Amino acid sequence: MGIAVVLALVVIGSVVFHFLSPWWWTPIASNWRYIDDTIIITFWITGVVFAAVVLFMAYCVFRFRHREGNRAAYEPENKRLEWWLAIGTGVGVAAMLAPGLVVWHRFVTVPTDATVVEVIGQQWQWAYRLPGADGRLGAADVAQITAENPLGVDPKDPHGQDDIVIQGDNLHLQLGKPVKMLLRAIDVVHDFYVPEFRAKMDMIPGSVTYYWFTPTRDGTFDVLCAELCGTGHTFMRGNVVVEPESQYQAWLQQQKTFAQLQGPTRTQAKN
Amino acid sequence: MVDVMHGVPESRPADESDDVELYHPHSWITKYVFSQDAKIIAIQYSTVALAIGLVALVLSWLMRLQLGFPGVFSFIDPDRYYQFITMHGMIMVVYLLTALFLGGFGNYLIPLMLGARDMVFPYVNMLSFWIYFLAVLVLLTGFFLPGGPTGAGWTLYPPQAILANTPGQQWGIVVMLVSLILFIIGFTMGGLNYVVTVLQGRAKGMTLMRMPLTIWGIFTATVMALLAFPALFVGAVMMLLDRLIGTSFFMPAIVAMGERLAHKGGSPILFQHLFWFFGHPEVYIVALPAFGIVSDLISTHARKNIFGYRMMVWALVAIGALSFVVWAHHMYVSGMHPAFGFFFATTTLIIAIPTAIKVYNWVLTLWQGDIHFTVPMLFALGFIVTFLNGGLTGLFLGNVVVDVPLSDTMFVVAHFHMVMGVAPILVIFGAIYHWYPKVTGRMLDDRLGKLHFWVTFLGAYLIFFPMHYIGLMGVPRRYHEIGAMSFVPPSAATLNEFITVVALIVGAAQLAFVFNLIWSLKQGRPAGGNPWRATTLEWQTPQTPPAHGNWGKTLPVVYRWAYDYSVPGAAEDFLPQNQPPDPRTA
Ligand code: HEM
Ligand SMILES: [Cu+2]
Ligand SMILES: [Cu+2]
Repeated sequence: MGIAVVLALVVIGSVVFHFLSPWWWTPIASNWRYIDDTIIITFWITGVVFAAVVLFMAYCVFRFRHREGNRAAYEPENKRLEWWLAIGTGVGVAAMLAPGLVVWHRFVTVPTDATVVEVIGQQWQWAYRLPGADGRLGAADVAQITAENPLGVDPKDPHGQDDIVIQGDNLHLQLGKPVKMLLRAIDVVHDFYVPEFRAKMDMIPGSVTYYWFTPTRDGTFDVLCAELCGTGHTFMRGNVVVEPESQYQAWLQQQKTFAQLQGPTRTQAKN
Repeated sequence: MVDVMHGVPESRPADESDDVELYHPHSWITKYVFSQDAKIIAIQYSTVALAIGLVALVLSWLMRLQLGFPGVFSFIDPDRYYQFITMHGMIMVVYLLTALFLGGFGNYLIPLMLGARDMVFPYVNMLSFWIYFLAVLVLLTGFFLPGGPTGAGWTLYPPQAILANTPGQQWGIVVMLVSLILFIIGFTMGGLNYVVTVLQGRAKGMTLMRMPLTIWGIFTATVMALLAFPALFVGAVMMLLDRLIGTSFFMPAIVAMGERLAHKGGSPILFQHLFWFFGHPEVYIVALPAFGIVSDLISTHARKNIFGYRMMVWALVAIGALSFVVWAHHMYVSGMHPAFGFFFATTTLIIAIPTAIKVYNWVLTLWQGDIHFTVPMLFALGFIVTFLNGGLTGLFLGNVVVDVPLSDTMFVVAHFHMVMGVAPILVIFGAIYHWYPKVTGRMLDDRLGKLHFWVTFLGAYLIFFPMHYIGLMGVPRRYHEIGAMSFVPPSAATLNEFITVVALIVGAAQLAFVFNLIWSLKQGRPAGGNPWRATTLEWQTPQTPPAHGNWGKTLPVVYRWAYDYSVPGAAEDFLPQNQPPDPRTA
């Protein structure tokens, strides 16, 4: 008897919590509003199913509780009912899957005008590389890594000389410009995650992964690591700054290229 | 329909049926320690699993203390935190749930529910337990070796699992892998036994389609485990070689902390595929026995046949089969080829259909039932709620693009605790309250049982339901503390404190359960042979607890399905499976 009330309260409490609690996703700052929309659709469908099933259960538990002289019905099967329920479930599932797959298709189709940004993860810091004036990133490989060249940019690749290297500092992105994040790790698996962008992807030593998005809101956002990468995982933080074109360009001018960063060491070596 | 429920087996007197020759113990040691009796082995498996489960429970308190009150318990530094989550996760999934459902319930119930005297290979069965026990001991040595147990996360992803910046890199990871290898060897011995016994050891008249759903669940899960564990086995062996003799199965060229390692050419993502080819079926390996058992609990305590028995069997088999083609839904953001996303999202969401059918049928079994609110029934009801909740959030995570923001956040932690943590555990509790009278001859205390249920069910819901929203905000899992995150409001810390307090209360309630288990052994109310007035064979044994050989002189003969509750016209509201049809009505 009490359990029927509790079951109903579980439903009511969950719904109230969902709508009234202060804990909800952070406002979006990228084009992936579609993902949020799909989550909302999913919340509605699953929420209705949860409420319907548990409330029905509460009713059964109340209505068919044992009383003296009661006897249960004997009904082994009801083929029609079972098929209708299965078909209904299929429709609900399709209503979530279809928009999900459409949005996934967009998520994995990088627009041709996207600029490229390389993110390099290592225990426990972020580094970035932007293509320089030639618009292309030079080759890079862990085999090239030295103390002076921590990202392993191939010094023999001419495309690499003008690459902009950012270490120990924030990444800046231009508002409204699609970007393709090329993700690289040099020690263990990391994951470049900015909650406001709604996107993340693991970075795996030995390969290059990617995702794309368009920043749609200016501001400074937290960068987190979302894949366990050892003791310092929790503290592998950074920031990404999204700003309009003029400010972005001003920032870009101040950054050093790979050649500039290598320069001083070479001159020192000659002396 | 008729073939499932009633009908006389090709009539052969019971005493003429082929009986197996039983092994007979001669000393105390062979009777109670190195026993070959499945019932003793079941109790051994269950005791060890519950004991190691308590370790995992204590670890969860420590983790929760850190998350709820960061900085207060300074001995829980990041290294220890990662060691705790790793050991907690692995123990709960493998050494508690898998061992308890298959080694514990499987051993006890398969022979008894099928009308057999014992497992088909009792000696191998005994070995299975002792190897499992050894695996547990090896696992525990991790706590005492230099460097402590591994903190690589229960997923053990290389390269970090075997590199220096992960705690337990010296010995912890080695004993973890060795222990898993032993566990799999031990399980394989037991598993082959369960499968062969189900296929070959059934009593006369016990057709496959008359087996109780408990057996269907355990049987399907065992077949799956036999197919899934080998993937983990090879993964563990290869990682062990990478760690110990410097091979590069999973290790590409790496520069770690400024140092170039000798490895080259391996693939970290290959390990992820092997791990999840095991890991996803593993989720169902602990879920399917729970599905089966809960079906029988609901049916028995609602005095009504399980609704849609055949659909239930096919749903179990379909889920078991489909669960081998969905593993990469754990790898949507692993960087695998994006095209996989379409395939794995589709297969994953298709599984929702047979799973939903099971939920509907449990609820429809309650419809027009005669529901007794016994402790097992309460746990079964709690299971439906938490399993439904966790199953529905699975539709978020399975739908590839929705998983992108949610994966690796606390949303995932909340989801899997609901669906494969709390839900199966509730069934385990319900099942223990249900079968304890058969195992010991005494009832567990009812009032303590109800207290245990209410605190555990409501507490677990209060822990894990709000946790989804912490993840929705974007807080990653496996974080030692939230720390300063600009997008997280300060109130989240209050929520975390709340969750921790509830977790401690839920933990304390488990101690009441342990007390009940021990106290009732001597003080419990005598149960009699069939206290729940149930139909299945284990309740019809000549002695309670069942003696060696289970059945006395003659094996039972089965005349009907397992769900003849409240049959119209019958005098009692249940007809045992071995009760011959009434000559007047048949
Ligand atoms: C009241 C009981 C429980 C509490 C309070 C609890 C708490 C926790 C916490 C705090 C974490 C770490 C979350 C993180 O930082 O990522 C965790 C992880 C985990 N738990 Fe539990 N847990 C409980 C029961 C269970 C059960 C019954 C299972 C069985 C399936 C389970 C399986 C896991 C797994 C697999 C992990 C992941 C470990 C990893 O990330 O490597 N837990 N749990
Ligand atoms: Cu990390
Ligand atoms: Cu899975």
